[in-house]
Amino acid sequence: MNAASANNVISDDALETRMRALREDFPALHQEVNGQPLVFLDSAASSQRSNAVIEAMRHYESHDHANVHRGVHTLSHRATDAYEGARERVRQFMNAGSVREIIFTRGTTEAINLVAQTWGISNLKAGDEVVVTHLEHHANIVPWQMLADRIGIKLVVAPVEENGDVIAERVIECFTDRTRLLAIASVSNALGTILPLDIVIPAAKARDITVLVDGAQHAPHAPIDVANLGADFFAFSGHKMTGPTGIGVLWGREALLEAMPPWQGGGDMIETVSFEGTTYNALPYKFEAGTPYIAGAVGLAAAIDYLEGVGMDNVQRYEGILLDYLTEQMLAEDDIRIIGTAPKKASVVSFLMDDVHPHDLGTIVDQRGIAVRTGHHCAMPVMSLLEVPGTARASLALYNWREDIDALIDALATVRNLFR
Amino acid sequence: MSVDALYREQVLKHARDPIHFRRVEHAQHVPGNNPLCGDKLDLYVTIDGNTITDVSFHGAGCAISMASASMMSELLSGLDTATAGTLVDEVNAMLAESVDSVVSINLQDLPIAALGEVRRYPSRVKCATLAWHAMAAALRGDSDPVSTE
Repeated sequence: MNAASANNVISDDALETRMRALREDFPALHQEVNGQPLVFLDSAASSQRSNAVIEAMRHYESHDHANVHRGVHTLSHRATDAYEGARERVRQFMNAGSVREIIFTRGTTEAINLVAQTWGISNLKAGDEVVVTHLEHHANIVPWQMLADRIGIKLVVAPVEENGDVIAERVIECFTDRTRLLAIASVSNALGTILPLDIVIPAAKARDITVLVDGAQHAPHAPIDVANLGADFFAFSGHKMTGPTGIGVLWGREALLEAMPPWQGGGDMIETVSFEGTTYNALPYKFEAGTPYIAGAVGLAAAIDYLEGVGMDNVQRYEGILLDYLTEQMLAEDDIRIIGTAPKKASVVSFLMDDVHPHDLGTIVDQRGIAVRTGHHCAMPVMSLLEVPGTARASLALYNWREDIDALIDALATVRNLFR
Repeated sequence: MSVDALYREQVLKHARDPIHFRRVEHAQHVPGNNPLCGDKLDLYVTIDGNTITDVSFHGAGCAISMASASMMSELLSGLDTATAGTLVDEVNAMLAESVDSVVSINLQDLPIAALGEVRRYPSRVKCATLAWHAMAAALRGDSDPVSTE
């Protein structure tokens, strides 16, 4: 788009100038690796953290820590306020209706397992169908396979095109009278494909199919708006969006969460306990047994503050600029093949170099200080489908800049020369 | 130390144009895989009495895994099983040791010694060991699939 023509929207150049300053906020980026300045192109696996996140967690750990929801003393109040404040921050960030719908988990994987083990067990029966796509990562495949083994549901896999795209109509064609759940990624971690949720979710809802969105790769790249998305569950992780590891979120519609049985039992998730019978706590605590990762929630809230300070729209636009630049640079190399060329992509680029195995490529560029992911990206089915043993993957975050891409392209020349 | 020391011509030559890269019928077949990186290797060993008449392999993997298997096929074909067993143990020991360890006298002048450099890259050691683990299994008469995990 011609950004300068829209009101209140800065030009691409002005945006890039502004975004380039963000590097300063991420201390891990300012180091040498193997004698070279670090070029971090593996944010899709886990992103780096800003000083704001590190400092928020340090402050919490240094001053405010005690157990939550328990004590009458001051630190317990502070810890509870920090934890529940983080929940409210997440609610705003996702545009959810109520904090009762925000459940803290260890991450996306735990969030999906929670849905499978509670909603799944109590709502699905043998022969019911769960539709996933062929490019899901393992966290949105295996929990459903486990349900298939345990209660006999059928996993139906919607196809992926050769270019890594997912065509809405081909997902919708998978729906039958037995389809009960669509469990679908918003963005592919392996290929960067943005899935057509705007079409498949309304189609699923029209057939009364429950929809779970795996938002692990969505959250770092674009705003989340569950009020308008139309899904029933949305899961994401803190650590892919500049927050800490070990904290993530499951959002679910209140009525669904209310009707679901609890998952893990223990403290916090109960109202009263006796050997005659235990009553369960209200939402969201019903699904948060035991002492939670309070500092993680604090760090996640700080990451959200940081991202919203930058503006998720700006993040999305800037990453689009970097993605175009990286794609253009790679297309200029005859021996580089981009795996996944869907028309709509997030800033994740899987690629192969002729005659060079991705692992060799990864080792060699690492010696130039460049971190790329190599392998199957926890999405083995889509790798088999595309008949590649794995790929090298460069993923870009808000703190990357063009120089990172130049360094990668330059290092690929070294790889090429070594193998020639 | 530059990465060129690992990816030296000797290694790349084996990777590009591996020796005994073929499937063999009527041989002892040991399937191997490295689940972490997806390398797959099928090892075929033909033994006549106490002599290894042929070591061949087929599969797909990185340059290190292909070169390692190719060097092994070249080195062990034609040897008696006892000598081969000693070499297999020594190579597996070399790859398991730290980078500063002394390479055994038997291996020092062999092409496979070049792969000792892989010890500088801990995430890649299993690429080099896959073929040798499969060979150790073959010499034990064990045809169950081997895995580096």
